[in-house]
Amino acid sequence: MSLELDTDVLVIGAGGAGMRAAIAAAEAGCRVVVACKSLLGKAHTVMAEGGIAAALGNVDVEDSWQTHFGDTMRGGGMLNNWRMVELFCREVIDRVIELEQWGAVFSRTARGSISQRAFGAHSWRRLAHIGDRTGLELIRTCQDKLVHTQGITLLMETTLTRLLRDRDRVAGACGYQRDTGTLVLVRARSVVMATGGWGRMYRITSNSWEGTGDGAAMAYQAGAELKDMEFVQFHPTGMIWPPGARGLLVTEAVRGEGGLLRNREGERFMVRYDPIKRELSSRDVVARSIFKEVQAGRGSPHGGVFLDITHRGAQAIRRALPSMVEQFESLAGVDITKEAMEVAPTIHYTMGGINVEAETAATTVPGLFAAGEAAAGLHGANRLGGNSLGDILVFGKRAGEAAAADARELARVPAPSRRQAEAEWRLLREPLERADGESPYGLHRELQEAMQSGAAIARTETSLRETLATILQLQERAARMAVAGGPAYNPAFSTARDVRFMLTVSEAIVRAGVERRESRGSQWRLDHPDRDPELGTVNLVARCGAGEMAVQPVPLPPLPAALRRLTEGETRVAGTALADAADAQARGRPRSPSGGVPS
Amino acid sequence: MTAGPGAAPPQAPPAPEQPQSLRIAYDEGVTDRVATLRVWRGDAGGGDFCDFEVPIQEGMVVLDAIHWIQANRAPDLACRWNCKAGKCGSCSAEVNGRPALLCKTRVEAVTRPHDRVVVVEPMQAFPIVRDLVTDVSWNYEVNRRIQPFTPAAGETAPFVMTEADITRVEEQRRCIECFLCQDVCHVLREHRAAPRFFGPRFMVRLASLEMHPKDVADRLPQLRAEAGLGLCNITKCCTEVCPEHIRITDNAIIPLKERLADRDFDPLRALWRRLRPLPMAGGGAPHRGAEPEGPAPR
Repeated sequence: MSLELDTDVLVIGAGGAGMRAAIAAAEAGCRVVVACKSLLGKAHTVMAEGGIAAALGNVDVEDSWQTHFGDTMRGGGMLNNWRMVELFCREVIDRVIELEQWGAVFSRTARGSISQRAFGAHSWRRLAHIGDRTGLELIRTCQDKLVHTQGITLLMETTLTRLLRDRDRVAGACGYQRDTGTLVLVRARSVVMATGGWGRMYRITSNSWEGTGDGAAMAYQAGAELKDMEFVQFHPTGMIWPPGARGLLVTEAVRGEGGLLRNREGERFMVRYDPIKRELSSRDVVARSIFKEVQAGRGSPHGGVFLDITHRGAQAIRRALPSMVEQFESLAGVDITKEAMEVAPTIHYTMGGINVEAETAATTVPGLFAAGEAAAGLHGANRLGGNSLGDILVFGKRAGEAAAADARELARVPAPSRRQAEAEWRLLREPLERADGESPYGLHRELQEAMQSGAAIARTETSLRETLATILQLQERAARMAVAGGPAYNPAFSTARDVRFMLTVSEAIVRAGVERRESRGSQWRLDHPDRDPELGTVNLVARCGAGEMAVQPVPLPPLPAALRRLTEGETRVAGTALADAADAQARGRPRSPSGGVPS
Repeated sequence: MTAGPGAAPPQAPPAPEQPQSLRIAYDEGVTDRVATLRVWRGDAGGGDFCDFEVPIQEGMVVLDAIHWIQANRAPDLACRWNCKAGKCGSCSAEVNGRPALLCKTRVEAVTRPHDRVVVVEPMQAFPIVRDLVTDVSWNYEVNRRIQPFTPAAGETAPFVMTEADITRVEEQRRCIECFLCQDVCHVLREHRAAPRFFGPRFMVRLASLEMHPKDVADRLPQLRAEAGLGLCNITKCCTEVCPEHIRITDNAIIPLKERLADRDFDPLRALWRRLRPLPMAGGGAPHRGAEPEGPAPR
């Protein structure tokens, strides 16, 4: 038995990008099917905390889209698709205001406009936010808009695992429903991939079970290009203690609100690594600095550093960072209004993804579009905090509109052969029929260990090659997975398919990591510690061909002179004043030997 | 190297330190303690509790224990989860009979001292799908029936609103839709009033819209009739289980009841209605609160 649907536009994923795409496509008059792996409103978007960067100029009137452009390009190591960055910085302003029109409630300035806070490597106070739960506000607003938009069919807890083709065109997708195991087939005129990123192949991650790279792997198998896959963002501040909370995000807003990073000796070490931007340097720089401090033996008791916001006072902290207060209270028994937090880098975001065209979010495969974290280009080698929530809205909308236009212009209704779906369903069910074999959980764990050891924050040619060898071995073993029970809400059944996706995506990360023999953005090669100007002119692109995965350099499109000028000069410092004042005050007093938290 | 604030000259590059290992070696927090997770397993056709001995890691939450069981004992144990940080509201269940998020409940805090057992079962107010997973789709249907945010015609963002205007709405919009309040609410749980009562989650939702400074829609008729606001007898159980600490009863349900009472039972307004009897929209729904009455509908 299977569930079969026909639609104009199929959107895979219902985080911010998927929902915004679905709304846009439906408003353009298309029938839309949205499929998501979890319940609606639970996607990763909900975990975004700090805010959405847009040059509204409500707090710092000097801000402009041009400055945002320069900050984003510099932050991305100049590997960004400049046209995407330009569109993004111009349009994100309207997308934020649109959210307010749809009912989102942002924190306010004294004059009653949307308040904006400082964030890492943004020149001005730029992040529209609501306390530290901006992602929740965004997802709930889009969710309410979505369910009240006509023409959208929603399939919750539905995992799509293969794109279907009709000749050279993508014409739908197939998979299964999680609660019943019912097989699903959706025929569509065009498809938007909005499946988010991938972090589950690492041990220390802020990602949920969903972050397995399904969308990138599916698109790759359907012939699309994967770009910038070597760039995986380590958020500088993840929780490290207790072990169960390890990897959970500690929002950058803590530093935006004046939080100080200190090592075991009480030193404000960021002054040494980035004397200008200090705690509010870009994420790649802060993450590496913390890693170096820990490896040099100056870490906190559980292997991180201290993040201290206590100087802001309990009332201000509870107002600006309520969910951080709650998270540390309930999970670590730490009162962050009185004590410093222990933090270390955690896998957070993937800059790379499906290669898309800037205006339309079209991939290289006809009928397939991609937006949000699943797509590549906007963030280059490193994403600035606050740029992802804007990304999903700007390019979600563009992808939905372009997919709708594409669907309407299509003269022939695509008719993917059923054989493709049946082949995928056999692959899905195969582990259920094997009495004995590899455990999907076991393979997943081995992959996590290999990626964490060899392809994480610090990399070398040797470590990457060792990891690649492990991945190739695991790919062979994945053909022999066995799962007990049936397909209905069986986590082992879904993990078996997820492991295959993760192995494909991990291979791309590692192969691209080997080829980029330089350090740039999130890619830190100990054997190539500097930038290589040659590599600064290319993106690395992985394609699926006959034989093994091929990773090749593709030249960056030339940056127009007028825009190049915007990227020259330095990112200025916004809002380290609170941290500086607290630090200056603390210097006059003796430090506690262990905690680094002046009492 | 010497470390201290100001010790390094401002432009000095970071010391070229080659890390000894490419990963941070973390303390895994292993203990010699064990707890017994008594987990309900089954489906709509029925089920029973199964015991699993789980080694305790420092600070372990019940969701960690469930994941340990999946990886080591029962690979097909069904449990819904996402963020594992108390932000998405997916892993709702009942621990020792109390509605809770599994990701925020520490095992050691709920282990019964006399037998070191922790009882984990699915939410009781919703139909079972499998093991710890319940069918919460009804909640999504209710949300569709609530009129979305509706600003006045011609009122376009950016809006001018102050912090004071939005404090209460802000609290209500913290809701992560875990549906624990729906689970604990005796109107839904014991009296099975689901079709006639929207439940605490949607009283919060309705309140957040009604109290939005720029919203002009009137949802009081819906609150009175379809949403069953009167069925809540303010036992405050919902407030007690809310992981976001939203004061559901005090700050959402009671203010809504007051608005409704104000409209329906205010003696001056009743007198006004008597003096100016007007046909009422929707079969007897009174008019909007403080606003001057417009021309009679129809």
